[in-house]
Amino acid sequence: MSTPVVVAPTEEEARAPGEVRRGGWFIRITIAVIAVLWSIPTAGVLVTSFRPERLVDTSGWWTVLANPFRAAEWTIENYRLAIEAEGLGNAFMNSLAVAIPATVIPIAIAAFAAYAFSWMEFRGRYILFVAVVGLMVVPLQMALIPVLRLFVGGATLFGLRVFPDLDLNQSFLGIWLAHTGFGLPLATYLLYNYVASLPSSIIESAKIDGADHFTIFWRLIIPLSVPALAAFAIFQFMWVWNDLLVAYVLLGGAQENRVLTVALRNLVGARGENWHLLTAAAFISMSLPLVVFFSLQKYFVRGLTAGAVKG
Amino acid sequence: MRTTDQPTTGPETPSTPEGPGAPEGSKPERSARRVLAVVVGVAVVVALFLFSFDLLRDRNANRLLVVSVALVVGVVGVFLLFWAMDRAVGLISSERLREMIRPWVFVGPALVILSVFLVYPVFNTILLSFKDAIGREYVGIDNYRFVFTDRDMLKAIRNTIGWLFLVPLAAVTIGLAFATLADRLRRGEAVAKSLIFLPMAISFAGASITWQLIYSYRPQGFGSNIGLLNGIMVGLGQDPVRWLELQPWNNLFLMVIMVWMQTGFAMVVLSSAIKAIPDEIIEAARIDGASEWQVFARIMVPSILPTIVVVTTYMVINAMKVFDIVFVQPASAEVNGTVVVAERMIRWFFLLQHNGRGAAIAVILFVAVVPVMIWNMRRFREQEAIR
Repeated sequence: MSTPVVVAPTEEEARAPGEVRRGGWFIRITIAVIAVLWSIPTAGVLVTSFRPERLVDTSGWWTVLANPFRAAEWTIENYRLAIEAEGLGNAFMNSLAVAIPATVIPIAIAAFAAYAFSWMEFRGRYILFVAVVGLMVVPLQMALIPVLRLFVGGATLFGLRVFPDLDLNQSFLGIWLAHTGFGLPLATYLLYNYVASLPSSIIESAKIDGADHFTIFWRLIIPLSVPALAAFAIFQFMWVWNDLLVAYVLLGGAQENRVLTVALRNLVGARGENWHLLTAAAFISMSLPLVVFFSLQKYFVRGLTAGAVKG
Repeated sequence: MRTTDQPTTGPETPSTPEGPGAPEGSKPERSARRVLAVVVGVAVVVALFLFSFDLLRDRNANRLLVVSVALVVGVVGVFLLFWAMDRAVGLISSERLREMIRPWVFVGPALVILSVFLVYPVFNTILLSFKDAIGREYVGIDNYRFVFTDRDMLKAIRNTIGWLFLVPLAAVTIGLAFATLADRLRRGEAVAKSLIFLPMAISFAGASITWQLIYSYRPQGFGSNIGLLNGIMVGLGQDPVRWLELQPWNNLFLMVIMVWMQTGFAMVVLSSAIKAIPDEIIEAARIDGASEWQVFARIMVPSILPTIVVVTTYMVINAMKVFDIVFVQPASAEVNGTVVVAERMIRWFFLLQHNGRGAAIAVILFVAVVPVMIWNMRRFREQEAIR
């Protein structure tokens, strides 16, 4: 399927040799088929979420395509129920309160670290960087239990208190810090790749002009790195927003604390066959990442390719 | 906490903040004012942090207030923190000492957080993997012996190997094909790409609901099938199929979900790598009479090979850690033979309450990813060599 077939010369081909041959029928059909296949699952959720409960349970969502303009086929009642009765509005707020700081904090910390690793001289720079990047391979699940124990009881080493009992369990601060820790290796890696590839001449000349590291970082590196920062921001935001495990373990399932994914999971448990509610809830949880992604897509692509995946 | 004591210890050695970093700060009154400003600034930051941490820990506080404060503290606080630490270091009189400490202000917070949230847990888990179910008595290598003899564990290892070959292979192949073809569309490239990328933005919880609508099964006589695949089967006059209980194919059906979610990532990254290939190279090949396939196989693929390797590595790691897709399925993974390593780990940790075995599985997983770590190290060294 990956073979771009050599299309027989047609009118479109009648240009200078060497120019890209664009838009043959084979290409268009292949693209269309893949795009439709990829959209069907999401389309199913979207359609189902707007159908009345009775119809959802008795007929497949695709049957709506037979007569899409009949008013009886559609309703927004599912969304009202999900937001009010199932408390998804509150969960949405909590998700915001978790996801935004849990995106900004790791980016800030990683950006400072990436700058130091690429443009500052200190002992152990190489070893430390490798250690930081190496931590990328630690499975998140491996870290959760020890972190939870730290949050609940602190830690003692040989009878000495090395980590205070901060009572961070079920607090926003706790989950921000956890997400920061889990996101830092990747963030440092991506930002390092980008920051280190900036031309050294501009940093040298800033130094000659008497700028200190903080000024260089703040006035030069940050503005120049916006694509990479934005790319990681989108990545981290979607990851935190969509995370179920960390939120469930560290924030808990209590009604006032829970985030969207936890609410969704509880809904699946409690109302496993209520597809009209589940799909509406699922779509509410998808809405923000979709908006964020589509509005910032440009940065995502540019930043990832300029830094991380540069050859 | 780390966040608060570093700034407060700094100003105890106040002196003139002169040196190359302080432009035109030579007049005594000016430097005195600067010291004062820094000390006050640091104190305000510390006070704000202490106050807001108390509020954020208060579970009875007004939700809207907590959420707003959370946003301000989280977003602004972290920058204030770095600023305060940097200024505090700026007050040290000896320039040599100052420039020796300053890098640690920049990397320090990252190192502290990583030690607490990743390094400490790794050692803790390794220790735990040699202990019993509740982590009290040492049991030697019993847990590891279990990992490599238990029937479900062996099946999980086999399945996971399948995941980490097939998922990256499918996602990268489809992503590469799509990126190459979409590059030649005269219009609609952005729309087509967005449709492929869209599943990336969906949570596993959302995706599991999404795919239930595809795989759902109802036996005949128990209402009509609302799952798309069985809708098609019935429409074709066939019996509905229990897709997720059809061993061993159910593993493939679950992998499809992950391929669906990850292809977009591969496609986007590969697509921009393709666009970065200089046009002259491809044009030259075409003028020399290369066929489209030759251009693709001999020029495009070699040019973007480093990108393909990075994307594939990323996906292999993801596939190794996969658990949500299997875990959230309503049917039992053991019965259906869809177990994977990371799913076993979570199950032993949380549901079967055997910390030792869960930890041993985690360690195995960790060891399996070490080759990737070595590869990353090489890359860093190469980059250093270039500069």
